[in-house]
Amino acid sequence: MRPRSDRVPVTNAAKATTLWGVVSVLCVVLVAMGAFGIAFGAVNIDLGTVADVIWNRLLGGSQHIGGVNDQIVWNLRTPRVLLAAAVGAGLALVGTVLQATVRNPLADPYVLGVSAGAGLMASITITYGAAALAGLPTSTTAFAGALMATVAVLWLGQRGGRYSPTRLVLAGVTLSYLFTGLTSFVIFRSADPDKTRSVMFWLLGSLGQAKWSNIAIPTTVVVVGCGYLLLQTRALNAMVLGDEAALSLGFPVHRLRWKFLISTSLMTGVLVALVGGIGFVGLVIPHLVRIIVGPDHRRVLPIAVLVGAIYLIAVDLLCRIVISPEELPIGIVTSVLGAPLFLWLLRRKGAER
Amino acid sequence: MTRLQLAGVSVELGGVPIVTECDLEVGDNERVGLVGPNGSGKSTLLRTVFRAVDPVAGRVALDGDDVRSLSQRQIARRAALVHQEPVTDFDFTVEDIVALGRAPWQGPFDRTGPADHDAVMNALARVNLLDYRSRQIGTLSGGEKQRVLVARAIAQDSPLLLLDEPTNHLDIHAALDLLELVRTLERTTLCVLHDLNFAASYCDRLYVLKAGRVVAGGPPADVLSPELVRDIFGVECTHLTHPTTGQLLLAFSPTPPRTPDPASGNVPLGEKMKSRVGQ
Repeated sequence: MRPRSDRVPVTNAAKATTLWGVVSVLCVVLVAMGAFGIAFGAVNIDLGTVADVIWNRLLGGSQHIGGVNDQIVWNLRTPRVLLAAAVGAGLALVGTVLQATVRNPLADPYVLGVSAGAGLMASITITYGAAALAGLPTSTTAFAGALMATVAVLWLGQRGGRYSPTRLVLAGVTLSYLFTGLTSFVIFRSADPDKTRSVMFWLLGSLGQAKWSNIAIPTTVVVVGCGYLLLQTRALNAMVLGDEAALSLGFPVHRLRWKFLISTSLMTGVLVALVGGIGFVGLVIPHLVRIIVGPDHRRVLPIAVLVGAIYLIAVDLLCRIVISPEELPIGIVTSVLGAPLFLWLLRRKGAER
Repeated sequence: MTRLQLAGVSVELGGVPIVTECDLEVGDNERVGLVGPNGSGKSTLLRTVFRAVDPVAGRVALDGDDVRSLSQRQIARRAALVHQEPVTDFDFTVEDIVALGRAPWQGPFDRTGPADHDAVMNALARVNLLDYRSRQIGTLSGGEKQRVLVARAIAQDSPLLLLDEPTNHLDIHAALDLLELVRTLERTTLCVLHDLNFAASYCDRLYVLKAGRVVAGGPPADVLSPELVRDIFGVECTHLTHPTTGQLLLAFSPTPPRTPDPASGNVPLGEKMKSRVGQ
């Protein structure tokens, strides 16, 4: 009896230790990547100065405040890096949860048309002014658009209450085209003097709008969303096994599915309203993480959140330095980096079966 | 004591009646079988227990409590399900799947503790899959996958066990193995089965469903009479005694061709051909 009770907790503890080990390492990488994201760009600032400025700002010193470095580090790049982290974490989280909720490894807010739905409503609000939509702020209408797209895709993707993975993805991709087309139409009909650039923003996304004043809502929503969904990892595991399995294991699947879809729509809507449509993060990051740590959401969810944040900070940094002083739209880089990565994963998975 | 009681249960799906006014009882430590032709509503009846579908009339009670008054988690603490082969694109390990059996006993903030881990390991040992615990579920054979689900039900530690055609797609060895395993668990069991011989040898009592109605119930030898089998399944059946086990054995033969009834359009194709040739 003795050796048995000894052995059992060790295996458990070992698993928990590995997860916490990986999470701590990723946190360190996240902070380092954030520092690089703030230090590099059209103008490079050495890491010491970056640390100085942030130190002064946080602790109320006055040494650098008002200078050029302070302006770049604190007012331009820090909010931008924070937003990149929130968007990357949020999209990776939304992708992971959607894939489990609709039991389809191809799901992500972009593929399912959720991003495009949010983009459509956000562009209408911005183009015609909030007054056109009962004075609601952009993030609220974008959330409504995301929710509308989610409900439409789920309705079109099922037949008799059962989801067919193919129908779901086809419905999502088709609606995505529809909403994107409508978004472009709305912008071209508008009086926007910089139409082409605006369309590009909704198609490819940009973190260029980040300011201290507008990152509070998306960051809060992502943090709260992460907190809520990280408590639902067992339910996500059970849902992957099918509705019957999940119900018989004590998870009220129908109610949970709605909760997850509303919370992911909210996150997608709020993020898309500020940064446009950024593709591939929600699709690739969850897969990448699953291949490395297995399908257990207790591990996948926290790791995907961190990897998503790191990935998007890195991608945004690339966007700013590749054709500096001009900026690439971030969607170009996520797609150009994400597509080959995804295809490689697909081939690898194919070889296994 | 009655573990499970269905009283006057009717189920409709999309307005179509699937199950009509069914009564069914499973007593403590009983093994009850549910048989009937394809589409007779066996699985639907089973699904009402864990509320995958809610009846439009009647009452489903676990240990005397209406399932609609219980939370999903409370239901899962009283009834575990072994469904048909899991289909998933996500590569869970055997241990991951079995560990989910502990979910009804864990809150969102609870970690999987040593007690849970013990329960999982014991369940895996019980179905003889301890060495497979780190294998991915997709790499297992059909019989092994079913045993994983039985292990999950053992870990779930609920008094009632529901099985939905557990021997489907299994070869004869794996099927007998699985039924023998379930018998040795000595749990209260409600099992949907296709094979009447399996039903006869592994169940204490049987219910027969036809077109959504319970048409017979009782000990296998009484229920599976040649008359009933001919009526429900449309085959001839003879009762034999198994030469080594002494159990009831049903031997089947096709029904003799029915006399064609010219009044109905329901004439077998062969008969139609004959009459045409005759003209």
